[in-house]
Amino acid sequence: MEITGAQAVMRSLEALGVDTVFGYPGGAILPAYDPLIDADLNHVLVRHEQGAIHMAEGYAQATGRVGVCIVTSGPAATNLVTGLADAYMDSVPVLAITGQVASTAIGSDAFQEADVTGITMPITKHNELVSSPERVADAIKEAYHVARTGRPGPVLVDIPKDILNATVTWEWDERVDLPGYRPTVRGHGKMIREALELIAEAERPVIYAGGGLVRAGAGDELFSFATRLRLPVVTTLMARGVFPDTHELAVGMPGMHGHYAAVRAFQETDLLVTLGARFDDRVTGKLSAFAPHARVIHVDVDPAEIGKNRVVDVPIVGDVKVVLGQLNRVLEDRQDKGTFEKLLPDTTTWRAYLDELKRAHPLRVDQPEIGVLKPQTAIAAVYDHWGDEAVYVAGVGQHQMWASQLIPYTRGGQWVNSGGLGTMGFAVPAAIGAKVGVGRETPVVAIDGDGCFQMTFQELATAVQHDIPVVFCVVNNGFLGMVRQWQHLFYDDRLSQVALPQDLPDLMKIADAYGIPGFRVERVEDLDTVLAKARAIDDRPVLIEFRVHPDEMVFPMVPAGASNDEILESVEEWRARAAQA
Amino acid sequence: MHNRHTLSVLVENKPGVLTRIAGMFARRAYNIHSLAVGPTDDPRLSRLTLVVGTEAVQLEQITKQLNKLVHVLKIVELDPEESVEREMQLIKVAADPVTRSQVIELADVFRAKIVDVAHDAITIEVAGSPAKLEAMAELLEPFGIRELVRSGTIALARGSRSITDGSKVRMQRVV
Ligand SMILES: Cc1ncc(C[n+]2csc(CCOP(=O)(O)OP(=O)(O)O)c2C)c(N)n1
Ligand SMILES: [Mg+2]
Repeated sequence: MEITGAQAVMRSLEALGVDTVFGYPGGAILPAYDPLIDADLNHVLVRHEQGAIHMAEGYAQATGRVGVCIVTSGPAATNLVTGLADAYMDSVPVLAITGQVASTAIGSDAFQEADVTGITMPITKHNELVSSPERVADAIKEAYHVARTGRPGPVLVDIPKDILNATVTWEWDERVDLPGYRPTVRGHGKMIREALELIAEAERPVIYAGGGLVRAGAGDELFSFATRLRLPVVTTLMARGVFPDTHELAVGMPGMHGHYAAVRAFQETDLLVTLGARFDDRVTGKLSAFAPHARVIHVDVDPAEIGKNRVVDVPIVGDVKVVLGQLNRVLEDRQDKGTFEKLLPDTTTWRAYLDELKRAHPLRVDQPEIGVLKPQTAIAAVYDHWGDEAVYVAGVGQHQMWASQLIPYTRGGQWVNSGGLGTMGFAVPAAIGAKVGVGRETPVVAIDGDGCFQMTFQELATAVQHDIPVVFCVVNNGFLGMVRQWQHLFYDDRLSQVALPQDLPDLMKIADAYGIPGFRVERVEDLDTVLAKARAIDDRPVLIEFRVHPDEMVFPMVPAGASNDEILESVEEWRARAAQA
Repeated sequence: MHNRHTLSVLVENKPGVLTRIAGMFARRAYNIHSLAVGPTDDPRLSRLTLVVGTEAVQLEQITKQLNKLVHVLKIVELDPEESVEREMQLIKVAADPVTRSQVIELADVFRAKIVDVAHDAITIEVAGSPAKLEAMAELLEPFGIRELVRSGTIALARGSRSITDGSKVRMQRVV
């Protein structure tokens, strides 16, 4: 059957089972917006293309499915750059479709021409400039496949306008033929056995659980593995919730603003069981001083991550869900045969020690019972009201760190954030995308900063227009708080360009302007009453502003580039340390 | 220690594949000494020879990152003892009627070819190992080198094996 290239785009998306596309029309992509009207696809009209790709990311992070966005050429495509880089860093499966000027005009500096495959090459897992109408369906199918398999990531397909307009015979073959792309899925049997031997011998083993577990949907396998072997679990910023924080084996988050016990666990462990994590500098601190006593097992679907930053004793290339399945099978087998005890390390003393660290080093918030609200109190209260059923989406800054530290997450995908790139402006659109993905029943709560919010809040209109009831919380401290914290600690409190007047703009008027309920909390004694009111609304977007004390800082903290042994738990400790030096 | 390593890379002959590879090197701050690319006996495939100067740990990263590129099919590191490496060099040397015969004599020693003669210059074509080409250029230096151009290294393993054989070392398996 003869159809246009543009129709082939729509049919391919339908054939792949895509339900939603986030997009924005314009010249070169216009041919695709016509068959879109008749396509079996929900299109969310954004207000900025950066919003479209962050929505696709939020959708993907919360559901594990591929997020799809579609925009026009030139400036629209370049507006995707931040989101593509973000998705690349955090291995988020995203398919971006961009219009391109006609193939005959490419290279002529035509109106709205940009070398989009060139620009995005280093920030996509793969991309393609479609060269013929016959390639359209295969290009989209392959891009979708590459985005979601192996180590997931963003893939971009750039389609010239004449190719969208050309006719082509529709053919759909589900098979994907990419001879150069064959991710290893199963772990090597010998390595699996060696890993279990190392674990059995260990005295202070700890699981270093990374975002790869969330992407692989390996929460159940991890739970079964960790609880069987009674291994303490540290979950990175990207992995929060993949092992329940409420479980006794959960030690918390590592890294620059990690929980004290988790940071110490890494420094003292004799075996890091690394699962889908990548020894990021925000986790390791000074690399040479990281986990100095540890042997390392490293499971990752991306062979290049293994040995990149840390020498590994037992490398296992494979999908972490499959590899954990293999490990669990050996354990089950041994249980059946009654030889399981040989594989079980004795972690009693070690676990008791970590429990004691957790007890002795809680997060500290000094919140008076009446008066000015502290940001930590506000965030903890959001959790009290929206609870475990909600998905939480953060911006970037202090509020993000508090949201990751203070909320007990219990499943992968429940915590959505921008970890690797640290993209301010992520929360509003990502929360909208997440809500589209998880559906009516599951509340989605954005926890944003006043700086971040002002980068992308135009997407409130998208939420309203498409009836996407997200709870948008803004922790308004009147500052680029995280930057201010660094200036305070490392630049002698010489504040430079970090003040954002707390009432500029007046967020209640913003809520009003978008026609959504707005709530402001300034004093701690009002917190619960106001949140209860906001919680009662679940059929419309809601904006909640917390006007909080500006001086709060995120602790614990390991200063950038310092060893994790130099973890500081409070500003007093920081001052004492600074006075000594 | 920075060692010289020669990688032979089989890629799909797709637009932009060279940019992807060169871009990956630039982005990850890896050094390329030389790069040569050309068609193979199979029109769907191209073959690159990359010479990199790096230590073992980084070489492993390079091959792993290369392998992640969707159009890269296979990477083999060629052992210098077990392979043949060639470069080609064209040198234009000043040569008047007095020095001309000396230049030609030198070219003969290196089994080089005279490909152009002008009244005050000779252009010589020579192929060989990088060391041979350097030696020759050094000896011609006193006559006055007007221009010199050198290709990247191309290389093949000795013996009967081929990069397309299943039996070859698969770099993606090395971790
Ligand atoms: C796009 C972008 N620009 C700049 C930064 C640097 N940066 C990191 S956190 C931060 C401050 C964020 O301020 P706000 O949203 O108010 O959050 P707070 O730290 O106050 O909670 C800045 C400017 C960034 N991460 N992303
Ligand atoms: Mg702020």
